[in-house]
Amino acid sequence: MNKKRDYLFHLYMGLFLAYLLIPLIIMGGASFNDNKVPSIVPWKGWTDRWFIDLWNDDRIWIAFRNTIGVALAVVALSVPIGTAAAILINSISGRMRAILYALMVAPVLIPGIVIGVSTLLFWSAFHVGAGLHLSVLGQVSYIAAFVMLLVLARLQSFDMGLEEAALDLGASHAQVMRRVLLPHLYPAMAAGGAIAFFQSIENFNITLFTRGNADTLTVYVFSKVRTGFPPTINVLALLLISVTLGAALIYEVFRRRRAAIAAMHEAEGRRAEEAGIA
Amino acid sequence: MERLLRRYGAVLTGTFIALTAFWLLVLVLLPNFTMLESSFRPYLPAVEIGGQKDFYSFRNYLTIFGTPFDTSLLGMHFTIPLRILIFLSTIFYSALVTVITFILAYPVAYYLAKIVSPKSLPTLFLLLFVPLWVSEILRAFAWWIIFTFNGPLNALLLGLHIVDTPVRWLGYNSVIVGLVYTYVLFMVFPLYNAMQSLDSNQIEAAENLGSPWWRTHWRVILPHSKPGIASGAVTVFMLCAGSILVPTILGGTSVQWFTQTIQSWMLEALDWNSGAAYAFILLTLCIVFVFGMMRVFGVKLSDIAK
Repeated sequence: MNKKRDYLFHLYMGLFLAYLLIPLIIMGGASFNDNKVPSIVPWKGWTDRWFIDLWNDDRIWIAFRNTIGVALAVVALSVPIGTAAAILINSISGRMRAILYALMVAPVLIPGIVIGVSTLLFWSAFHVGAGLHLSVLGQVSYIAAFVMLLVLARLQSFDMGLEEAALDLGASHAQVMRRVLLPHLYPAMAAGGAIAFFQSIENFNITLFTRGNADTLTVYVFSKVRTGFPPTINVLALLLISVTLGAALIYEVFRRRRAAIAAMHEAEGRRAEEAGIA
Repeated sequence: MERLLRRYGAVLTGTFIALTAFWLLVLVLLPNFTMLESSFRPYLPAVEIGGQKDFYSFRNYLTIFGTPFDTSLLGMHFTIPLRILIFLSTIFYSALVTVITFILAYPVAYYLAKIVSPKSLPTLFLLLFVPLWVSEILRAFAWWIIFTFNGPLNALLLGLHIVDTPVRWLGYNSVIVGLVYTYVLFMVFPLYNAMQSLDSNQIEAAENLGSPWWRTHWRVILPHSKPGIASGAVTVFMLCAGSILVPTILGGTSVQWFTQTIQSWMLEALDWNSGAAYAFILLTLCIVFVFGMMRVFGVKLSDIAK
């Protein structure tokens, strides 16, 4: 019975993965088709012209630079803000904490379009026009919450006694921060930074309303909806997927190697222990 | 607070507070108050702002009841304000997508949490993460390629002689497929997190006591997964109701999503005041939905936002 059930589950998982991956494969495949509309049927022969078109598309390069610039600015703002908010909320308790916590996670639950509209209206009241600077501020308003949640989780495993010890031994406040607390938080801050970067690249809803006339990659691709997508978009997608997959594979290889090394150390330790006992 | 002062001193504590205040006040609260305030004001040319015509009213909100529209549901014909219809159908289809993603994601989450050997888990997660890292717009675009009139789906169906003439797919059906595809993983991961914390011995105990598999799921696994269900449902529903990309790309001309209404006020009519009013309606819907889910599933906000 269990065997049969497991077999069904394996099958379902396989189908689910196929469902997730086949549309991406079709999209990638269409970038090699010599057909003016992006499709894999009818197949009109192999071509690299869409790659060349993409390379020569100036607007896409500008959009790419804008996207990276916005993403870096979002990381630079949301990591300090999220970390500070996590430290602050970790040190208070009771009603105040509940209210602050609700305020901090609320932007994650608000639709992006609402953040986009409200950011645009707020800054235009101060005669700050739309543009990528507003996109950065709008994105930080919810991305900082991800950083806050990650850092807050990491703070749970922090031993406050270490700070006490450092203070007793005559460390200054800045030293306690820099030498004791921050090193413990670095992994969470780095993870938060990575998430902030990718969330920012992905963002569309906030950017659409705050960007003014500037393009980011997602907005640029969207602007092609009305004119019908050119297959250069497929090439762009293929490249992005390849980069992601490449990064994921490298990560996986490193993870396996680390796991193997850890297993080796463990085995060595056990042998040494056994030798010690003997 | 005193603890902070004692540990980090006045300067650092002040910095923490300043950064947090900047975030919550300048980036979150004040923009939303501005939006609420301007949603009550009329849309006027620049010279008349602050003049006689500039007073608070519900007029922007009341436009939602304008533009009567004839429609039929289950064979019944009736007239309903167009934007109300758009609002209701956005809620309906978002809820439908949420239910479909739950049905699709439940076995996957269970498989990941309880059946598959822990050794192959990282590889599976990697495969699941790949589509998640591909941006939403490209995921919608991938389905657009599949669904287009001369696309692979019609070619396949024609080739298999299932249909005689190509089908026009773009419409609510394709939007549902696209939304499910785009957001199903946001259901898988919270469900997996919840199920993973369930002690496998409890499942075994239920089975040893003679519970059939469906009752084990109904009485043991499902109740334990409640926080995951709530979290997944809130995320998927919000993303669906707030999506602009998927309805625009996959909807063709027949689909109207509430976000598109806001978008046309803001970017086409350039009437930001009405846009603010409609955005506020969407915000209210989301707040009501989150609190409703917290009630129904008996979970806290910290369970939902992880």
